[in-house]
Amino acid sequence: MKISIVTPTLNAAPREHRMSQSFLELSLVSMVFKTRQGPFQALSNVNLRVEKGEFVTLIGHSGCGKSTLLNIIAGLYRCTSGGVLLEGREVDEPGPDRAVVFQNHSLLPWLTAYENIELAVKKTSVGKRNKAQMRDWVLHNLKLVQMDHAMNKRPEELSGGMKQRVGIARALAMEPKVLLMDEPFGALDALTRARLQDELLRIVADTGSTVVMVTHDVDEAVLLSDRVVMMTNGPAATIGEILEVNLSRPRERLALATDARYLSARKAVLEFLYQKQLKAA
Amino acid sequence: MNTTATVATVAAPPETSLRKADAVTDLGAVAAAATSTPAVATAAAQPPTPTAKRRPAWVDVLGDWAGKILPPLVTVAVLLGIWELASSQAGAALPPPSKVISDTKELILDPFFNNGGNDVGMAWQLLASLERVLYGYSIAVVVGISLGVLVGQFAIAMRGLDPIFQVLRTVPPLAWLPIALAGFRDGNPSAIFVIFITAVWPIIINTSIGIRNIPNDYRNVARVVQLNGVEYFWKIMMPAAAPYIFSGLRIGVGLSWLAIVAAEMLIGGVGVGFFIWDAWNSSRISDIVLALFYVGIVGFILDRLVSWIGRMVARGSSVS
Ligand SMILES: Nc1ncnc2c1ncn2[C@@H]1O[C@H](COP(=O)(O)OP(=O)(O)OP(=O)(O)O)[C@@H](O)[C@H]1O
Ligand SMILES: [Mg+2]
Repeated sequence: MKISIVTPTLNAAPREHRMSQSFLELSLVSMVFKTRQGPFQALSNVNLRVEKGEFVTLIGHSGCGKSTLLNIIAGLYRCTSGGVLLEGREVDEPGPDRAVVFQNHSLLPWLTAYENIELAVKKTSVGKRNKAQMRDWVLHNLKLVQMDHAMNKRPEELSGGMKQRVGIARALAMEPKVLLMDEPFGALDALTRARLQDELLRIVADTGSTVVMVTHDVDEAVLLSDRVVMMTNGPAATIGEILEVNLSRPRERLALATDARYLSARKAVLEFLYQKQLKAA
Repeated sequence: MNTTATVATVAAPPETSLRKADAVTDLGAVAAAATSTPAVATAAAQPPTPTAKRRPAWVDVLGDWAGKILPPLVTVAVLLGIWELASSQAGAALPPPSKVISDTKELILDPFFNNGGNDVGMAWQLLASLERVLYGYSIAVVVGISLGVLVGQFAIAMRGLDPIFQVLRTVPPLAWLPIALAGFRDGNPSAIFVIFITAVWPIIINTSIGIRNIPNDYRNVARVVQLNGVEYFWKIMMPAAAPYIFSGLRIGVGLSWLAIVAAEMLIGGVGVGFFIWDAWNSSRISDIVLALFYVGIVGFILDRLVSWIGRMVARGSSVS
């Protein structure tokens, strides 16, 4: 029944607290880009703990640094100070344990849907699956996103929604510890987006995945997440507030539309974005 | 549609009106389908020709085909006609096409004769040139793609090598020949070297551009999946850069063929370049004309071949 708005402590988790370690831990993550106009501080002292099986969304105005933060967790960027720990191990390079679903699907256009997933699975299957098992695993993941019928199609033959499904299947097939998604449904129309959100809810429930997802969409954030992480505007963006969404699962889009807890959670995010962090035009 | 109609006028004047009428009715049909207005409206604006519907499909196919084949044939016929007329004047320096054919009948009819030495058929001459191109070009492909990958992938290699490439690539192919002769002390490897050095620049430059243009997303995918260097090369780099690489390969093969004729004129021996030079020295102008014709055809085939291979390899790998 309760919606708690927790402002994160600005102090870093003290070293002694390592005992009660979280699954994914970001401590004092800062990012300074070197640009032609000099250094640009995109992120400043971001602290975040994500527990196993949690679904966390990052929301904030455009350009605040959501993608940057996600890329740091993925290991695609190195933060200039602070650090990221996954199961107590320092993240310093990209890897299949932190599979990424990119905003624009980034399927390789010269490979079929099946081959795109196979490329990702091959590396994670070494010494784990034989050829036949690998094929089954790829097909299993295609079925999970209901794309097994189009396994032999190339990305150019797929619709935007279908491509994004394959992208999700590719990430899931790597059996990541954390699934990272950067506005995975950003480029889709409202109906397709809703369908994929529902499917994602189902898949995450089935697989118990830990997810960190970037979104622009307040409804999407509230519908999907256990916690909505709201970021302040850049430069030197950090986490402004964290909203816990205590809605039971499975969640029903239609039932939630009139649910008071859903509506007030939604209101809290909107207030953060449009009152507290009103973007200077 | 315009070009087809114009050409049809040249080829067969009586057909023009018929084609035009068809085009109009076709447009009418398209408009009707697009706006899905009742047929009455269309009929009022544009009474359909009753014959239009009865025309079988194969006539269209034939028409399309004729539209592609006829224009070049007509152009060639017109050019040959002008040439024939111009060269038949008294005191013309060049033989007319009819004389070229009668002079070179033996060369045309028996391309495979072999009297030893340089006195061999046109097929052997062309094959000798093609062989040199094959060697020189193959080396250029391997070296060009390797250097292109190096320069495209590593900024430091780019900074070190690019200025040198930019200077060397402007050196005309034949300027390399004396240096090559000095180095190899033999004609054949020197000609091969000239081919190599001519073809290699566009391959290097296009490959490196292709590699620099690989979308960051693909690189990120490769990093997340943790592809190693070899896998990255074959699975991402080559397919992503293939369209660029093949445009370099195509330019390269064209330049090779340009360079070989010139180089062979200087090194002698069997080969179409020296054949032309030899014919000039013995005033066999008709032989030169025939050789030029063959050189053009072979160059065209080489270009089409590389572009066809490129399309086969790069099918689906569009850098979007
Ligand atoms: N490679 C880079 N070099 C320099 N500056 C960068 C780089 N990447 C991001 N930035 C800057 O960092 C800030 C945050 O960018 P980021 O892409 O993380 O924003 P975002 O929150 O994901 O925005 P959006 O919602 O529009 O995707 C922006 O001001 C951007 O200009
Ligand atoms: Mg972004």
